[in-house]
Amino acid sequence: MNKFQQLWLALLGGLLLAAPAAQAEEPIRIGVILPLTGPYADYGEQIGNGLKLYMKQNGDTVAGRKIVVTIRDDTGIAPEVSKRLASDYLVQDKVDILAGFGLTPSAMAVAPLATQAKKAMVIMNAATSVITTKSPYIVRFSHTLPQISAPMATYAAKSGIKKMYTLVADYGPGIDAETAFKKAFEAGGSQLIGSVRVPVTNLDFSSYIQRIKDAQPEAVFLFLPPGSATVSFLKAYKERGLDKAGIKLLATVDFADDDLMDVLGQSVLGVVTSGHYSMAHDSALNKAYVAAYAEAYGTKKRPNFMSVAGYDGMAGIYAALKKTNGDTDGDKLVAAMKGLAFESPRGPISIDPETRDIVQTVYYRRAEEKNGRVFNIEFDSVKNFKDPGKQ
Amino acid sequence: MTMVTPPHITHLARRERWSRAEIAFWLAWLAVYFLLPKHLMFAAQILITGLFALSLDLILGYAGIVTLGHAAFFGLGAYTAGLLTKVGVIEPVLGLFGAALVAGTFGFLTSFLVLRGRDLSRLMITLGIGLLLFELANRLTDITGGVDGLQGIAVGKVLGLFEFDLFGKTAYLYVLVVSFGLFVVARALMTAPYGLSLRAIRDNQQRAVAIGIPIRVRLTNIYTLGAVIAGVAGALLTQTTQFVAIDSFGFQRSADLLIMLLIGGTATLYGGFVGACAFLIAQNWLSSINAEYWLFWLGILLIVATRYLRGGVIGGMAKLAALRPMGKKA
Amino acid sequence: MTSFLGLLFDGLAYGTLLFLISVGLSVTLGLMGFINLAHGVFAMAGGYLLVVLMGAAGLPFLAALPLIFVVVAAASLVLERTLYRPLYKSTHLDQVLLTVGIIFVAIAGATYIWGPGQQPVSIPEWLQGQFSLAGVDLSRYRLFLMAIGAAITLGLVFGLERTRFGARVRASVERQRTAAAMGIHVERVFQITFALGSGLAGLGGALGVDVLSLDPHFPLKYLVYFLLIVVVGGPGSIMGTLLAALLLGVADTAGKYYIPETGAFMIYVVMIVLLLVAPHGLLGRKK
Repeated sequence: MNKFQQLWLALLGGLLLAAPAAQAEEPIRIGVILPLTGPYADYGEQIGNGLKLYMKQNGDTVAGRKIVVTIRDDTGIAPEVSKRLASDYLVQDKVDILAGFGLTPSAMAVAPLATQAKKAMVIMNAATSVITTKSPYIVRFSHTLPQISAPMATYAAKSGIKKMYTLVADYGPGIDAETAFKKAFEAGGSQLIGSVRVPVTNLDFSSYIQRIKDAQPEAVFLFLPPGSATVSFLKAYKERGLDKAGIKLLATVDFADDDLMDVLGQSVLGVVTSGHYSMAHDSALNKAYVAAYAEAYGTKKRPNFMSVAGYDGMAGIYAALKKTNGDTDGDKLVAAMKGLAFESPRGPISIDPETRDIVQTVYYRRAEEKNGRVFNIEFDSVKNFKDPGKQ
Repeated sequence: MTMVTPPHITHLARRERWSRAEIAFWLAWLAVYFLLPKHLMFAAQILITGLFALSLDLILGYAGIVTLGHAAFFGLGAYTAGLLTKVGVIEPVLGLFGAALVAGTFGFLTSFLVLRGRDLSRLMITLGIGLLLFELANRLTDITGGVDGLQGIAVGKVLGLFEFDLFGKTAYLYVLVVSFGLFVVARALMTAPYGLSLRAIRDNQQRAVAIGIPIRVRLTNIYTLGAVIAGVAGALLTQTTQFVAIDSFGFQRSADLLIMLLIGGTATLYGGFVGACAFLIAQNWLSSINAEYWLFWLGILLIVATRYLRGGVIGGMAKLAALRPMGKKA
Repeated sequence: MTSFLGLLFDGLAYGTLLFLISVGLSVTLGLMGFINLAHGVFAMAGGYLLVVLMGAAGLPFLAALPLIFVVVAAASLVLERTLYRPLYKSTHLDQVLLTVGIIFVAIAGATYIWGPGQQPVSIPEWLQGQFSLAGVDLSRYRLFLMAIGAAITLGLVFGLERTRFGARVRASVERQRTAAAMGIHVERVFQITFALGSGLAGLGGALGVDVLSLDPHFPLKYLVYFLLIVVVGGPGSIMGTLLAALLLGVADTAGKYYIPETGAFMIYVVMIVLLLVAPHGLLGRKK
């Protein structure tokens, strides 16, 4: 017997001995897919931060089984990459739960795999209404676009705004937000006096601002992709004195993203948004969350709604695993998540047993300065609001 | 844009014969099916990308037409295949023909715009056409689903016999057969006098005119052929992932493709496949090691490649081992 | 009428912005013939330098700008020496590969240092807001950009057409070997030209980020715009770059105001039409 043969034999023996032991302690594997590079890298960072924070606070063992999380990058809108990663997770790594999904296309592409493999799939951001209908194994812990934009219209109508203008980015989410807003606003008996759609890659907003100026509305409802468009719009808005002309800005949580507030600075003051999470939310749990986030990632980086969705998605998985006593069967897990209700840093949330979508409080917030930094301060809310896109 | 070295014109008969390296290359793909059953989805995507890169090689490598908008055809094929399933044509092979027809027609029509200019303006016109299609797909949400992607694609059994499975077994063999088929066609054309005439045009237009090559016709039909193959590649991606997203028209896709072809080596027929292999495996490997900063290492690899890998992987290999001829350049 | 004038001003100002972020590429691509897709990396470096200089170092805006030009130009010399120079005589395709590699490294590097999010950029108080001139509202910062754009154009046109250095550059570009034989230190000339182009990119980036905003994806996000302006204008022609930028700026602004449905289509259609009419660029030389 030469040295190689001896080595092989030793290895083989080791494997045989280790196999039963491994079986007993087989960890629960969670395969996370997030955009970590490319134009949406920011989303992935926030969701990942929230997710890791939850594990840091609550340990990596549930119902006696160890949790192993793998995070991989799908680079943004690249559904074939998302799908490939999901298939790798399912076929090679034998994961028990799929999670993450920053953007709608990646969630849509993976949905059939979750159904085929019968594995729970936890959505931590992707916000198009129909996603949860694409597989009975999908549960969403983030939000849907109609859920956060429709309440804004109710607010506009209630606060007596008659002349309303909308400006949205010309892509799926923008059009969804525009539709949801228009429907709810016109249900209150008011009419929009104008609307415009702007290219997603728009660099200069001066023409659009001029159109708004000409139309002289009382308020403008906005939906722009988070990031540079928001910054450019607000700068142009302020530069052209629309704020001084008394034209109010109404938008959703994406616009006054907590993590963007330091970049927007003074220019965002007074903007009213509807949303499910503000880092200034007044609750003991949220204060603890913000403090823990700052400790883990520094005070410059602010937690936003995406980080909370990552955090809550993990909390949902932990809670469901406790209910099933560590059983990772997809059907059982999804059944355990249905009707799940717990307090999140954003406030009370629950999972609608029928749609497997999130039910949560949507808050009205105004951007105000506090201790030299700008925050979204909540001043009113709609409680237990379901996704109107599914009604 | 000029190419590094004029092609090594070997004897025609020898060019047409399949070398041992080539046969080994395709047998290796067949072996993947048996040896790496857990990686079939990834392998299928590499093949599709390789086929897409081959289509770029035909027009860039052989005919010298630079383009940054090749994803236009890929996207057209992808959406055509997807939309066909929604109107009831669920048989994949018919989907391929549909995609080829749409992409080819569009390629033929736009070839007149593209061929007007020289290198840089060609680059920008192709880029512009690609971006316009991207915007169109984004706008026509009723038809394409916009950025959310085309939903509800239900692809039927291949030829009514083989169903697509979770492990990608059917998908892989299907992609392999189609890729190989199209490769054989492309190879036959490029090793024939037709392919030589394209290189003549690429290397010296005036001389090509002088020896009586109909430049315009040649360039128009190779551009169309490139579009057809790109369209088929797009359709394959749709059918195997059962989803189409707007990024199939994206600038990023055209740019990545160009990089892959350059890594593999232009005007070699195999450069596209080799480059897609190298690029995608490197990407997958690096991003699994470091999900956040893998782009850094990929960038370093590219920079190093320009220093030590002139003429791509194939060029490098040829230099190293004086590889058997397979329609390669020196 | 006043709204038309206001719109024209906005269009010209937007065009100037496009000019400022692309003119550096016109120098490296047009004069040196190097396909420098990494142009946006230098522009992004200018942007981040502005944030650092004005934030941590507390430098005033006007003092930061020339410093950014110098720093980016100096840093680019290192890259020129190590990475770019070996590829001057190589194919365009190799240059594409190299510069895309540089973009990737820069994006990852910026993400590592500053994170993937947006950076706060602020311009001084006196450049913010608008003032009214004959009934037309003009943005102060845009007027400031136009002044700088004009100065750069004049400086470059004069420098390249009328000075000894300009003559050397043109000679080196046209006939490298003849120029070398005439005793022109071609390598040195290219080095300085490259630094000039990169410095301009940095300056343009610093000036542009207030409107364009700044994140690590900058070099790829705006790559299409850089190329578009330079190729439509005719590579190497400073006046052509300016003309193309202004034309596209005005067309885009007017299109968005009068027919907002055209959205993103306008700029691409205008580009394609211009390139079909003038395949060598508006003021490009036929080679």
